[in-house]
Amino acid sequence: MVDPLTIPHHNGANGAVNGSQSKIAARVAAVDCNVYYGDKHALKNVSVSVPDRAVMAFIGPSGCGKSTFLRCFNRMNDTIVGCRVTGKITLDGEDVYDPKLDVVQLRQRVGMVFQKANPFPKSIYDNVSYGPRIHGLAADKAELDQIVETSLKKAGLWDEVKDRLKEAGTGLSGGQQQRLCIARAIAVGPEVILMDEPCSALDPIATARIEELIDELRLNYSIIIVTHSMQQAARVSQRTSFFHLGNMVEEGETQQIFMAPTDKRTQDYITGRIG
Amino acid sequence: MPQGAHIVTSFEDELRALDNKIAEMGGLAERQLDRSFQALNTRDTILAEQAIASDRAIDKHERELEILAITLIGKRQPMAMDLRQITTAMKIAGDLERIGDLSKNIAKRALAVASEPRPKQLMGGLGHMTEIAQRQLKDVLDAFAMRDAAKAEAVWRKDEQIDALYNSLFRELLTYMMEDPRNIGLCTHLLFAAKNLERVGDHATNIAETTYFLITGTQLMEDRPKGDDTGSTTIPGR
Repeated sequence: MVDPLTIPHHNGANGAVNGSQSKIAARVAAVDCNVYYGDKHALKNVSVSVPDRAVMAFIGPSGCGKSTFLRCFNRMNDTIVGCRVTGKITLDGEDVYDPKLDVVQLRQRVGMVFQKANPFPKSIYDNVSYGPRIHGLAADKAELDQIVETSLKKAGLWDEVKDRLKEAGTGLSGGQQQRLCIARAIAVGPEVILMDEPCSALDPIATARIEELIDELRLNYSIIIVTHSMQQAARVSQRTSFFHLGNMVEEGETQQIFMAPTDKRTQDYITGRIG
Repeated sequence: MPQGAHIVTSFEDELRALDNKIAEMGGLAERQLDRSFQALNTRDTILAEQAIASDRAIDKHERELEILAITLIGKRQPMAMDLRQITTAMKIAGDLERIGDLSKNIAKRALAVASEPRPKQLMGGLGHMTEIAQRQLKDVLDAFAMRDAAKAEAVWRKDEQIDALYNSLFRELLTYMMEDPRNIGLCTHLLFAAKNLERVGDHATNIAETTYFLITGTQLMEDRPKGDDTGSTTIPGR
């Protein structure tokens, strides 16, 4: 039986750097990170440390740079033409832009869930099994079945789909599709999960389910969630960073940020005031 | 922190309504305290009846404020300063309502001792306590209205003064009762009145603590100087 949570990282054919087990405390950190879209300076000198087995929330008005920053951690910005990232981003102390580091492996270790659920045009089973299969994480079909079941259970979706795994992933409801995407991310045994407004398109009940799931997931993963809902950030995160016009204005314990923020810009944003 | 205005003006209006209600309740409580003590001091039974009747207005305001605050929490999901403003408004309204009740009780004592003598020293002592309690109440209501944290902290620290007066008045009343048992009736009522005034001081201090938290987001933590030692005062043996 293979538990995706304890898959050791092996040195793959492309020379992945780290041979350590995934149970070592995963910490992502950024030091003096800047991001440019052509001439536009979208993210300005951001430094932050994301704790292990905890949730950090990125909040801020539209265009503040929070999603841009999120995408630095799994190098999704690489896919954007004209996008340039400077500074140091590390996962467990290793520089994610190190040329010796396999970016595909990086994205296995740092998973991502998006605002609009984007299941593959495949069956529910194949959606979850695709990653483990291409990464060679299962020795045989039985192990693969196990990974799929465990992932769907961890994502809180198993009971609803266990009798129809062959059906199309896109046939599920919005909330279910999002949980399917979470199962897909978990299946490859990540250390960090990045969530970009995962509940924006969901109804309150589906949202509550995802928040419950985040509470459970954070026992095992480091999670960064970008959200427009202050109340959601207050509910699910332990630390919060507030972004404004490309700067990280304030970062701290969620309780403190929402009870008594130190910066006026933070207070104006979270209370709905114009400065 | 200087404040901008809420983007949604109805939210702004609702928060202002909370502040206005506190100001109204504060004014009523001040007037009630004044009238009640005057009634006791001058043995004016008509004034006493008026003071007793006006307590209802304070109670009504407290109930209305509570509904407004609860509605705000449900509707607006307030954060930071707004959240503190709403929860502290509820606490302060509770303290003001109690000050109203304590004043009403003093007015009731005024009715009870209407035909009793008026010993100058004892009434003078009570008058002094009342003055200080009134000043504390006025100062803390000002601190709240002007969001002045330093002023709120000053009120918080001054509670010792009333406690010290209460201690000495307590002993005086005991002495008076020991001198002549015919004084016991009057002195017992005056003792309760003094206790009520000491409690008014305590509630003013509570309001000060709450106001400090509202403004700064931190709580006054140190042990406040507490001066009331009547809990352990004994009558010297005969």
